[in-house]
Amino acid sequence: MSLPATEIPARTGNITALPAAPAADERKGLTKKELAADHPTWCPGCGDFSVLALYFKLIEKRKLWHEKITTVAGIGCSSRFPYFVQAHGVHFIHGRALPFASGISLSRPDLHVFVFGGDGDAFSIGGNHLNHTARKNIKMTYVIMDNWVYGLTKKQTSPTSPQGFKSKTDTWGAVDYPINPMKQLVSAGATFIARTTHTNPNHVLQMMEAAMDHDGFSVIECLSECVEFYEGAFDASNPRKGGVFNLVPPEHDVTDEMAAYKLADASFPGYFGVFYKVNRPTKNALEAKINGTVQEKFKGLKDWQILKKNFDRMK
Amino acid sequence: MSNATLTAAPDGSPKVSKVSEAVIRIAGNSQDGIQAIGGFLARLAGRSEQEVMTFMTIPSTISGAPSIFQVRIGSGEVLSAGDEADVLLAFYQHSYEDHINSLRKGGIVLYDEDHVEPKPEWQQDYRHLGVPISSRTVEAIGGTAKDKGKNIYALGLVARMFDLNLPKLEKLIRERFTGKDESIVNNALTAFHAGYAYNLSGVVATYQFVESQKKEGAQVVMNGNEALGYGLIAAGVRFGAGYPITPWSDVMELLRRELPKYGGTFVQCEDEIASVSMALGASYGGRVAVTGSSGPGISLKTEAIGWGVMAEMPLIICNVQRGGPSTGMPTNVEQSDLNQAVYGGHGDSPRVVLAPADVEDCFYTAIEAVNIARKFNIPVFILSDQSIATRIEAFREPDLEKVCQDLSPDLSPIPDQKPYDLSIADGVTPRAVPGTRILSGKYPIVTGLEHDEMGHPTGSPKLHLQMSAKRRKKLQTLAATFSTPKVYGAEKGNVLFVGWGSTQGPIREAVERARAAGEQVGSLHIRYISPLPNGLEKIFANYNHIFVVEMNDEGIYGFGQLAMLLRARYCDPKIRSIAKTDGLTWKVKDILERMRTKLAVN
Repeated sequence: MSLPATEIPARTGNITALPAAPAADERKGLTKKELAADHPTWCPGCGDFSVLALYFKLIEKRKLWHEKITTVAGIGCSSRFPYFVQAHGVHFIHGRALPFASGISLSRPDLHVFVFGGDGDAFSIGGNHLNHTARKNIKMTYVIMDNWVYGLTKKQTSPTSPQGFKSKTDTWGAVDYPINPMKQLVSAGATFIARTTHTNPNHVLQMMEAAMDHDGFSVIECLSECVEFYEGAFDASNPRKGGVFNLVPPEHDVTDEMAAYKLADASFPGYFGVFYKVNRPTKNALEAKINGTVQEKFKGLKDWQILKKNFDRMK
Repeated sequence: MSNATLTAAPDGSPKVSKVSEAVIRIAGNSQDGIQAIGGFLARLAGRSEQEVMTFMTIPSTISGAPSIFQVRIGSGEVLSAGDEADVLLAFYQHSYEDHINSLRKGGIVLYDEDHVEPKPEWQQDYRHLGVPISSRTVEAIGGTAKDKGKNIYALGLVARMFDLNLPKLEKLIRERFTGKDESIVNNALTAFHAGYAYNLSGVVATYQFVESQKKEGAQVVMNGNEALGYGLIAAGVRFGAGYPITPWSDVMELLRRELPKYGGTFVQCEDEIASVSMALGASYGGRVAVTGSSGPGISLKTEAIGWGVMAEMPLIICNVQRGGPSTGMPTNVEQSDLNQAVYGGHGDSPRVVLAPADVEDCFYTAIEAVNIARKFNIPVFILSDQSIATRIEAFREPDLEKVCQDLSPDLSPIPDQKPYDLSIADGVTPRAVPGTRILSGKYPIVTGLEHDEMGHPTGSPKLHLQMSAKRRKKLQTLAATFSTPKVYGAEKGNVLFVGWGSTQGPIREAVERARAAGEQVGSLHIRYISPLPNGLEKIFANYNHIFVVEMNDEGIYGFGQLAMLLRARYCDPKIRSIAKTDGLTWKVKDILERMRTKLAVN
């Protein structure tokens, strides 16, 4: 595992002070069989199947254990994800998966937190949470399965639907200008931003691994076709359907915000790969630093003795 | 000063009178530091083993608007901030004119001669005492001080008038300004001594509090928001998330400042929804977490609270109530979020609602709330309000070694886990927090969808019935653990007052006054709003009339929010309402007048 080693302070009350993990035993990496839970409720042919399969592959390849990962989702077709994974999981409310996952990440540095969701969760109802989780750089990996349409509620316009897309809420074609996920993430201050598509499994896995290894808020936009309500949306990015899969050019500087923004400006199918990646201290690390400094002054004291100091001043 | 009243000294001869209590109202503008004077007096009372209660109003604007701080200090039990003041300290003309009515007839108005022009028609009813507070302060500490320091000068005047303990006050002033520039401490002490030295004794008597009974243990002095925040820390809460809103912000500021000492964190979120979500995430992570707000913010959190009920997730939600609806009266008190706490939300979502009765109770309610939340895996509301949040009381220092808890999660591997096990009769199922290895290889999902015992979604009518019953049964199990509240005053008789939250003091004082007048009156204070404790109907049966006293509107049908709940629960037509929404705390005499009016027509 490439998770950063977490310093565990001594005091029992610390949110980070958890019983030491059992010594590395002879557990074998989990198999797909051990990882699969409910049979997915997605429609046959849905792009989300490949994201799930590659998540299993990631866990298998990187030898993560059931109890060390937490899978969190909001509401939507893609957000059914946690039910299909045999691990601790959370199915939260619409649009709020990121703050929920932040609560786990900030209080449980021993866990790897993965969040899965769709374009409605990420860019519409939960749009502001995306901005703030990004700027705070809270450690977790977020996979946005973008299908350009609301599928669970049966074909309404999504914030990423292109103008002209005919949905039940825009029978004459979508009128509102769509969100550009890469541009939004760059300006929000996310520290790892990648783009991939479900039709290229190797690339999806590669992006997932890179995202997991990033110490910070890592986001992947994964195009994931809705065969029921937006069939063929991403054909132009799929070589098997006559499209082109353009990798991010090798000369692209992933630490250059303007270059990333420019890359995001390319018309569909655009580029795939890591658009932006910088190292900026995570909120997890910054808060741990504050705690370390503050706790230095209270070394050796029990919690009640620290509280007593406050009460003594209120006499 | 109910027993020995303040009187003017005859012929300028210095005289000392003993008083058992005094109500001092300080009126000025919000930036004058009048809260500091009140705070000093309250803290001094705590250190002198006296009882104290304060009341304040602050404008919702940043500065410049009128503000008051009232302190009631007594050698006996102090239940409310007092209906009428014995002393009014007025800094401006508007302070003088707006608050003269709060002074009892014969009371003393101590005013700043530099700003107040006394009215001849009031000279008869009130003892007027002008002191050039502003100019004397400048004289004492120099022109650069401007308006700063006149509050401390006035504190000196009050200290002399009530013969307060000089060394203790000096120590408090030093403590208050400690860490600041030494010249600030010196200026404060200079202003204080100048005020103390001003010759008041020639025109008014000096008063001394009668010796109060020796209290067991040390007293601590704090306001309700502080007691709530420290209570949460004592309970073992180490994570919180919130968004600023008056009057809750103090609690989040305290937790943000204090939690790192214990290895915890408080996160200021982008909004109320993120706050409740993040707190739920941390609770899921293994330790009960806290979020909080005031009414409007709680409204935004309700969807996530519904999730907490469905997913069976512990959570503490503090609601420091203010006047509503909407932005309402941000700096005034109201108890109008009871319905929101008990019923607010979609679907059938039973939850726990507790209401602390005074400042000390804020501390212990926080601990109790945390323990209920974690044992029953349920969101628990703590309904505080603006008056309890900002008023200062002295109470016995808790035995911190005994009450402080460690809520570290147990991550030992377990053989199997069903988060929503239906075979447990009382509905209370243990939770496996993430990080726990489950040897069967079957892991739980926590979810807002109706679910089976493992947390997987179901549309089964039978399971929805069973799971709804499980969520309801937990609360019935909990209710059985609550002790029936004790009646204060007459155990049977004509009238029973029922109250909740911050109104306990004035209601009890009303009971005392009514009984002194020969009436058979008792009161019952309900700390457990939902579920209600068992056995209340037996108490209700002992009275002819039951009046639920609360600070909310009587509503379309003539009943306040708790009254409505009790009527629905007990189908007892004796239950009626004494309700009001003027944004102020109850005056004892108003409660009694309302009671007498209701009794007269019936």
